[in-house]
Formats: sequence, structure tokens, C-alpha cells
Amino acid sequence: MAKDELMNYEKALEQFEVVIGLEVHVELNTNTKMFCGCRNEFGDEPNTNVCPICIGLPGSLPAVNKRAVESSIKIGLALGCDIAPNGRFARKNYFYPDLAKNFQTSQYDEPIAFEGSLEVEVPSGNTFTVQIERAHMEEDAGKLTHVGGSTGRIQGAEYSLVDYNRAGVPLVEIVTKPVYGAGAEAPELAAAYVRSIREIVKGLGVSDAKMERGNVRCDANVSLRPHGQEKLGTRTETKNVNSLRSIERAVRYEIQRQAALLAKGTAIIQETRHWHEDKGATSSGRPKSDADDYRYFPEPDLVPVQPSKEWIEELRAGLPEKPADRRKRVQAEWGFADLEFRDVVNAGLMDQIEESVSAGAKPQAARKWWTGELARIANSQDKDVIDLEISGAYVAELANLVEAGKINDRLAREVLTYVLDGEGSPAEVVAKRGLEVVSDDGALIAAIEAALAKQPDVLDAIREGRMQAAGAVIGAVMQAMKGSADAGRVRELLIEMANK
Amino acid sequence: MSELIYKNASELAQLLSKGEISSVELTQAHLDRTAQVDGAVHSYLHVGPEAALAAAADVDRRRASGEKLHELAGLPIAVKDNLTTTDAPTTSGSKILEGWIPQYDSTVVKKLRAAGMPILGKTNLDEFAMGSSTEFSAYGPSKNPWDLERIPGGSGGGSSSVVASFQAPLAIGSDTGGSIRYPAFVTGTVGTKPTYGAVSRYGLIALASSLDQVGPVSRNVLDAALLQDVIAGHDPHDSTSLPESLGSMTEAAKKLDVKGMRIGVIKQLSGDGFQPEVSARFNESLELLKNAGAEIVEVSCPSFEYAIAAYYLILPAEASSNLAKFDSVRFGLRVTPDGAPTIERVMAATREAGFGPEVKRRIILGTYALSSGYYDAYYGAAQKVRTLIQRDFDAAFAKADVLVSPTAPATAFKFGEKLEDPLAMYLNDIATIPANLAGIPGMAIPNGMAENKMPSGIQLLAPAREDARLYQVGAALEKMHEDVWGKRMIDFAPALEVKN
Repeated sequence: MAKDELMNYEKALEQFEVVIGLEVHVELNTNTKMFCGCRNEFGDEPNTNVCPICIGLPGSLPAVNKRAVESSIKIGLALGCDIAPNGRFARKNYFYPDLAKNFQTSQYDEPIAFEGSLEVEVPSGNTFTVQIERAHMEEDAGKLTHVGGSTGRIQGAEYSLVDYNRAGVPLVEIVTKPVYGAGAEAPELAAAYVRSIREIVKGLGVSDAKMERGNVRCDANVSLRPHGQEKLGTRTETKNVNSLRSIERAVRYEIQRQAALLAKGTAIIQETRHWHEDKGATSSGRPKSDADDYRYFPEPDLVPVQPSKEWIEELRAGLPEKPADRRKRVQAEWGFADLEFRDVVNAGLMDQIEESVSAGAKPQAARKWWTGELARIANSQDKDVIDLEISGAYVAELANLVEAGKINDRLAREVLTYVLDGEGSPAEVVAKRGLEVVSDDGALIAAIEAALAKQPDVLDAIREGRMQAAGAVIGAVMQAMKGSADAGRVRELLIEMANK
Repeated sequence: MSELIYKNASELAQLLSKGEISSVELTQAHLDRTAQVDGAVHSYLHVGPEAALAAAADVDRRRASGEKLHELAGLPIAVKDNLTTTDAPTTSGSKILEGWIPQYDSTVVKKLRAAGMPILGKTNLDEFAMGSSTEFSAYGPSKNPWDLERIPGGSGGGSSSVVASFQAPLAIGSDTGGSIRYPAFVTGTVGTKPTYGAVSRYGLIALASSLDQVGPVSRNVLDAALLQDVIAGHDPHDSTSLPESLGSMTEAAKKLDVKGMRIGVIKQLSGDGFQPEVSARFNESLELLKNAGAEIVEVSCPSFEYAIAAYYLILPAEASSNLAKFDSVRFGLRVTPDGAPTIERVMAATREAGFGPEVKRRIILGTYALSSGYYDAYYGAAQKVRTLIQRDFDAAFAKADVLVSPTAPATAFKFGEKLEDPLAMYLNDIATIPANLAGIPGMAIPNGMAENKMPSGIQLLAPAREDARLYQVGAALEKMHEDVWGKRMIDFAPALEVKN
């Protein structure tokens, strides 16, 4: 749908109530796969982490990875879920070449965790309780690469390659119940919810939680219904939303698209849709009806997962601090104002700032870098800040170089770009590229004298107390020294020279 | 012609361990026999003389060097062709796997190799073990050594005929609804379906995962016991394998005592529908047991009426999913149709060409039974019947230590007789199927002949994990019959024409 055909967002909300539902897949960071001993490793040579089990050779059988069960229980507990005493696996049958057995071993009517909830705060400061229906274990599929077409999609491709390294990687799928009442904030709520899930699984240490690597993937269900109507509207499921920003945009787009269709009296088709970040729009995928027949049945090759009460309680006792408690604690420790802290939370940067602070940065300096320059860079690259290739420790090092006067803000920003390019730590970049500020009086005096030669009246002006005149000389010196001059020292030297 | 091939496995094992014969000599004798008779019998899909003789020579060398070897070391064996072997093709009787050499050994084959048992070859079966006669093997049927015009039973007609024709002293079979026991019945041999989980299924090409069980095929009970002791035991690769040991079957087979044991005759598996001579032989067996001090009681299993119906829902349902992996992508046959070779078309053409009629019939049945809207009426209802059958067995075993019935309703039929009537074919398994549905162990032993000189037999059933009872009663009954006959059952079999 073209942009001008979409319904104005405010108008859409006047006419319709928005209902969203979110399915988040979390890839676990276990050493081995869900049902075999192959390495669970991103980025290895294709088809090197494979065995008879994960490529589904005849006769092979799965065996459950206990660590994956443990991680799934932790996620369930962190989301306030009940843990099933008798969780069963089921087969979801469909033919696709990335699915080695042509069925996915998943969980159906007996998920390991169910009935939880999560408090989610949106940027306005409003808080919503998202009800969790279930969190279940399943295996990932392989990865298809379509070769020879112009689009990289299957249509028009000459042939396709399959990499089964990812086949059998353990996933936990977290499914919400329908979320009502978010109104205009539904898109923000969707993004904030996924951010919270990332925070939780990262905090639990059960996933690397990198969205750009597909460690966390979100399918967003959106439906509209006229205010006051009880029956839910027809939903669409938008896939391929690979960043928090995309989630927010995709939900907003679907609201506007569906509203425009409904206003014209056109029925919404129940289907999966694909989000295109470049176009800022969704496109129709395949029709998806509730009659999609996966012929689920209990997986006869596996016995039920029966975690003991003792084990569950042991895992519960080992859970990290609850996100809300942690937020209270760190805000107090860092001394951030409410608004400052909300920005940090909304940007999902608590972990990063905590890492920087523990590496020696002052909290305010860490906050400034993460929510300022780094957020700007990420935004310009269409990424989330936390997906930038920089550690909290490097940010601390950068902030401390500024604090110590070794570099100024402008140089620091330059250093940062080289750090992000992988040239090393901030200190290494400064040393390698000679980016330290010049506070050597000899070099500075030579530059000041050269500038004064062109502006002889400045010293007189300073003597008369018109300090703003110094600015022109400082500017000239900075320009001559390509920004590496210590501006404070230049000012001091100028005053000394005027008063001689 | 070596007389060795006619001896029982237990005797051969002793000759080997005493060093009176070599494994190479014994293995060669069986290979010679195969060269002479298998053109007519067609037990084997693949014979591997080189690998067998190399394994035999290795055992002889180790024995000569004084190494302590397994009790059955050097004793050659035949393996059903639905168990993976790295040194021989594994086809499961299907064109879709023609020429496939697995990348891994099944656990049972690993255990045979570890025990030093040379593998002579891979035996014929109905395609993917679906059938009662081997007529559905894609490579042609095996013949019954008692009468080459008649079927050797199925699906394991290769394994039953290979021991009945003295081409191997022992063989491995698999039993999903009677595929070990029915072939034993029609060929005058012995076969056991152990308790579900007693023997690893890892590397067994699955037919119906919740019903399949690997077991021994032999010419007498003690030999079967020796073999079950080799292949049983927990396997971490098979989640459904029992964690505990079931004890020594060999010890049980040596007791030869049934005094005071309660033998339950299943009311529903006698009388109408059973060939009169089969019933007569059955009653003679009961008389012998009674005379030996056993107590004969009648038990009723009313739910057995629904066993075949339930079985032919559960089996095809699981099989339809298990067989989905045969899609041409990673292994096996690939058929590229005329026109655009899209993945759907290649998969469809491969499965169309690679699967035979019975396999297609069951895939369609199973796909239907699992379909949304039909699941409860078919698969769900069948699972309930399964529970009822288990309860029938529980009640029966409260009254009896071992249950008995004729193994099948009638002696071996002629080729082609039931090929066009699947229901008549399915009825052969009426007495054997309940044990698979309940997961309990069952054994078939011969008990004489009908007027047409074809073997008849009796089935023994015991509670789950009580396989030892089968061997105790089976060996005792076998001895009583042999005492009456003055020779072994197999010695009644007419001599095969030997081709030199």
C-alpha cells in the first residue's frame, strides 16, 4: 500500500482499537544443539556442525539437551510462568528443504512454561502488563541461500543451498496473549516488550540476544476492531522484523494499513506479511489460516521432560535480580534523574552503562556516550545501539581519556569511529593515530603567534576586558592544529601574553 | 558341505571358544551355503563376504593371542536391512534408499561388532517393514524354506528364512506389529520382540517409533536368549531405551522349569478365525505345560477387538511423519521431473518413484488420521484404545505369569494370495499386535505342523521388563516338544535343493 493510501495514525486510533500479540524466538547459547552433540556456533563454515541426527539421516534419534531445558525453565521462571511437570515434545509436520526431517520437533499442547506476565514500560513512562501465554522449546531450521536470482529470494533463483549448521539449534518461543489497551502506544509497547525479553535472556545468560544475528526474532500480530466490538478482528502476522526500530515501525504501519482497508470496507486477509525496512512497509507473504495443518502429534522418539520440583526451585533461587528491582537499585547508585534514567531504560542501555561504570567510567559520562554519540551512530546505520561492536569497557576508556584531558570531545568522536571500525581500544587508537590533544606550550605559542599576526588587535581587546575577542584566535589555532589543540590551555596562554 | 551350519548357535559358540573351529571356517561355511541356496530363497539383499571374513579373521587372531573374548565372538549373524551399517548398503527394502551406505552404525550393529560377531549380510524385508510376506519388498520376495511357493512371513521374512535355511545361525529382526514373531511362526523358527526400550532403536530405520523394537531371530530359544543378551541395554542415543538391565535371558532359558507357573490363555485369541490345526497344536502345547506342573488359566482381553483398528491408525500416523525425510535433498534417490525442477516437484517425483504401493497407502492413511479435524476421531481414539489394551494386559497379568495364544491364525499362505486384499493381510498380525501396542515382550516358538507340513507355533507374552519369563517358559516348552518329537522342529524342514 502506498504511503498516501495509509490512514492517518491518529485517525486510525480514533476509529479502531488495536490488539497486538507477539511471538519472540530466542536462540539459546548452549554449547551444543537441542537434540544432538553438534556445536551450536554462529558463522562456521556451512554444514560443518552437522551429524546424522541434525541432518535427519534414516535411523537417527533425538536426545534432549539438558542445558537447553534448564535455560528454558529459567526463561519461564523469569517471566513468572508455571513450569510444566510433564512437558512433552510434538512434531510439527511440513515439507521444507531447510527442515531436515520435514518435521520440526517442537512443543504443542504441553509447553515447558505457561501463564506468566511481564511489566513493560514504554517511553512515555506508562507501564503495561503483558500476559505470557506460553514459552516452549523447539529446534531451529537450517539456512537457505537462493543463488542466481536478482533478489536473493527463492523466486527467480537458479538453485538454492542449504546450510544445516543452524538446524537443531535450541530455541525458546515466547508467545503473549492478545495485548489490549495500549492504544497509540501499541507500537512502542511491542518494541519495549521485545527489549525487555532481550534484557531478561541476556541477564539470565541463556542467549547472546543479538537481533542482527537472529538470536532474538519477533513476529508481530496486529488486528483492529471498532471500539466497543467484542469479536477480535482478523490478524496479520508480520515476520522479518529484525530490530526494535523495525518492530515499532512495522506495527504502526500495519495499524495504518489495516485501518485504511477496513474504512473502505475491505476485509483483512489472515496472512503472514514481510517487513521491508528500506521501504518502511509490509508486503503480503503466504496466506495463513487457522486451518494450516501441521498434523501435530506427540513426538514418539522422546520421553516427556519432567523437571523435579527441587530442580525448578534451585533454578528459581539462582535467578538474577528482577528487572524492576534492578532498575530501582541502579538508578539510585548512578544518581540519574528520572528522565535521564527513563531514556536509558527505553534505549535498553542499562547493561552497557553498568558495564562501563564497572570498568571505571563515571555514570554520567557513560550515559552521555551511550545515549548520545553512540545512539546517533547506531541510528545513522539503522541499528540498535547495543548491536554496535563496542564493549562497555571501551566506552569507559574513552570517557576517561576525555576526563583526563588526553583528548577532547571532538577527538573522542573521531577516536570512536576508528574503534567501531575495529582498530582497537580507544587508547590504542589515540596512540596509533596520534590523536592526543596538544598541550605542549611551545607548539601552542607558535600557533597563537601565527594567528595573532593576522589579528593584531586581539591582545588589546583582551586587556580591555573583552574576552570574547579571544575566541577568534582560539578558533584559528584549533583550525591550524586540526582540532588537536587543548583549547583551555590556548585561552590561558593568550591571557598570559596579554598581561605581560 | 560343512555340517556345522546345522548346529545350534549355542553349540557353535562353544566350539569357537574351545578353539575347535575357527570363525573364518564357520563364516565361510555359511557364505558357501548362501551361494548354494539363496538364489532360490532370496533371504539377502546384500551379502558381504569380505567384511564378514575380515571380522572373522580378526576374532581368530585375537583368540589365538589369548585375548578374552565375548561368549559369541566369531559367531556369524545376518542383520535385517533396516538397521544402518557403515560397510554395507541399507535400503529398508525400498528403491528410495537403493545404494545408500549410511554414515553411521546402528547401536545394535555396534554391539554385534563389539562382541566380535561377523555380519554376513543384510536381509530382505517388506518395504520399510510394511507387510507380512516380503511381497512388498522393492527387491522381490524371500521364499519360505519349508515350501518355496509360500511366504516366509513379514516384514522380517529375510531374517526368518535366513536362519530356517541354515544360511546363518542367528539373525536380527525388528517387530512393529509382529514382524519378528509372524515370520518365526511360518518358518518354524524362534523370534522375540523384547520389551519396548529393552534394545536400542538408534539406527533402526523407523516405521512407527512407539511400536518398533529390535529383537533376536534364531532356531531355538537358548540361541535367541544369547543374542538378546548381546543387543539389549540402555543407549543414551535412544531416549526411549530403558535405563535398567532386564537381567540375563540366557540364565532364564537354562532353567527349564515351569512348575507352579500360571499360564493364561487369552480367550479372544483362540477359536473362531483360527485354523483348526493351529488350534490343535496350541492345545497340545498347553497340555505339555500342564503336565509339567504349570497351571492353565483363562483370561479375557475384551479390548483386543479394537487392536488392529487402533494399530492401523497409530502406525500409519507415525510412519507418515517418519517417512517425510525421504525427500531427495540429503540422501537417497533423486528423481528430476521434466519441466521446472522446483523443490516441490523434485520431492514429489522422487517420492512417487521411490515408494511402493503399501508405503504410499500407509502414508496417505496416516496423513489423513493426523489431519486437523480428524485427529481426535482417529489418532486420539486409537491412543485411548491403546490404554485400554494396556489395562487388559494388566488385569490378565494379575491372574497369570505368562499369557499364551497361537502366534497367528493360519500357517503360511502362498504368494499372491492376499496381495490384493490389504485387510486380509493385516489380519495375520491379530495376535501379535497387542504386545506392540502395550510395549510388552512377546516370543514366538514352533509347536508342530499342520497337515500341509507347514509349521505352526505358539506365542508367549509377559509383562513389560519380564522378558526373562518368556525365555524360561519358552525354553522349557521347546524341550517338551523336542522330547516328544525326538528332534528339533527345524529338522522337519525338507532339505533345500543345493546348487553347486
